[in-house]
Amino acid sequence: MGRIVLEKVTKKFGEVEVIPPLDLTIEDGEFAVFVGPSGCGKSTLLRLIAGLEEVTSGEVKIDDATVTEVPPSKRGLAMVFQSYALYPHMTVRKNIAFPLRMEKMPQSEIDAKVDMAAKSLNLTDYLDRKPGQLSGGQRQRVAIGRAIVRQPEAFLFDEPLSNLDAALRVGMRLEISELHQRLETTMIYVTHDQVEAMTMADKIVVLQAGVIEQVGSPLELYERPQNRFVAGFIGSPKMNLIEGEAAKKRGAQTMGMRPEHIAVSTEAGEFKGTVGVAEHLGSDTFLHVHIDGIEEHVTVRQRGNVNFKYGDTVYLTPEEANVHKFGADGLRID
Amino acid sequence: MAIVAQHTKFSKIAWPVLAWVVALIFFFPIAYMVMTSFKTDADAVKPELLFSFTPTLDNYANMTDNYDYWRFATNSLITATFATLFTLVVSVPCAYAMAFNPTRATKDILMWMLSTKMLPAAAVLYPMIFMTKSLGLYDTKFLIVMVLSLINLPIAIWMLFTYFKDIPKDIIEAGQMDGLNTWGEVREILIPLAWGGIASTALLVFIFCWNEAYWTVRLTTTDAATLSKLIEGNRAPEGLFFGRLSAVSTAAVGPIVVLGWFCQKQLVQGLTFGAVK
Repeated sequence: MGRIVLEKVTKKFGEVEVIPPLDLTIEDGEFAVFVGPSGCGKSTLLRLIAGLEEVTSGEVKIDDATVTEVPPSKRGLAMVFQSYALYPHMTVRKNIAFPLRMEKMPQSEIDAKVDMAAKSLNLTDYLDRKPGQLSGGQRQRVAIGRAIVRQPEAFLFDEPLSNLDAALRVGMRLEISELHQRLETTMIYVTHDQVEAMTMADKIVVLQAGVIEQVGSPLELYERPQNRFVAGFIGSPKMNLIEGEAAKKRGAQTMGMRPEHIAVSTEAGEFKGTVGVAEHLGSDTFLHVHIDGIEEHVTVRQRGNVNFKYGDTVYLTPEEANVHKFGADGLRID
Repeated sequence: MAIVAQHTKFSKIAWPVLAWVVALIFFFPIAYMVMTSFKTDADAVKPELLFSFTPTLDNYANMTDNYDYWRFATNSLITATFATLFTLVVSVPCAYAMAFNPTRATKDILMWMLSTKMLPAAAVLYPMIFMTKSLGLYDTKFLIVMVLSLINLPIAIWMLFTYFKDIPKDIIEAGQMDGLNTWGEVREILIPLAWGGIASTALLVFIFCWNEAYWTVRLTTTDAATLSKLIEGNRAPEGLFFGRLSAVSTAAVGPIVVLGWFCQKQLVQGLTFGAVK
């Protein structure tokens, strides 16, 4: 079991309040992702759950037991750090066995568990090496191995993939997702990469300046962002957010349209513009279109290869059903 | 090209020669002391016998027979060992706390500790003598251990703090997540990772304790007197007993030089710990 509840949790560093009062529930077995720009408090929130930071006020509960005053070692949580944080003076085998040795488990049982974890993570051949002799991806797998042998209540991941190169990152992302399917244990995952959030999460928690902007499934956030910030943060390429006449006509301060929800015509449409850059990805083409009276360019996604080039005149028309409207306070209007 | 090659050849010879010259200049007084310790007091003051003399062991025999060298040496060993241990027992947790749980005051505290080294020892000499006498601590090994520990604590804490700061905090936190309490962190992570740093700190403190003279000379008479006191006792204002004095000095610094020689590797390793993480 691993149901984690935060009740009116706050955190101050000196006089600076990094987390204003915050409530959040993460259900047992859920894969929750904390996402937000750097400095939004997502790592701090994770460390509050881990117990590595003390809450200034409020309560942290794991399976209905209050653990606010319980030290990290007694919370039954396992953590994977961005820097891997392996014990450099121990072999891979000893690193993975470490939490079990702390639990004073019999040696034969430790050996069996370490071997099993090593096998599932393809680390069997490296068990007698020291972390310094491993590649980044292997080190990360050792860190995950060290976390899974304990069978914790929940796993906490603090930007675990940001030190890996792009190709490895995609592979490890899949491995972690599979691990979650297999273990069915609660996982909390911190990242600033919204693609990781979208692809891995059951539940995404979008944070900005310590405040939860929205909590929901990836598709909920994508289809119905509750405010301008979430609308702009979730989705790649970003949603086009336009102010002015076009928005006012629809009764909003800001209108948002995703790149794939814009029709392109060479003859007629709502906005007239010129193509700046056309990015050809093979499967899709991204057109960056400059429209008179709108400061930022508008990104349009077209299926397949579309033959537009720099300077072409195009007409854009948003799909009305998929236009997002936000008021002066930045909140969604329906 | 030829000029460059010549230049390299020149510096390949010139630098080592210069290094040897400087080293010999520094080493000369020590060599002189060791040589003098094998001369009679009469020979010691004759310049023409600087290198050509008839060696004698009389000074050393005299020292162990008449001056009780071994008692002083034992006192030095005991006080330096216990002072080093006590210094480590206090400085390791102290440096650990400051390195891994720093507060806004940490920098100031470190500075304040260092500032105690700037106090002229002579300023507190008489208060110390009166206080220790009235407490009945004067000329006790306990007092010497305490004094040596206290004067070495700042430097030990500074050194350890620097070594500990090189250990990523993440590793300590990973240890906490894996079930370590504070003592466990020190035992399982801190000591194994900072072993080189702790060893070289201990070695340095031991050397400082062994060599300390100001307090050990002034706060002891017989019971707790160390080798520094023995040298001091053999000093004659007329300079008549150079041979004897040199023998005592050689016997006093000998053990620590040998220790330093054997621990060279450890010392260097410790001092470059941060670079080989």
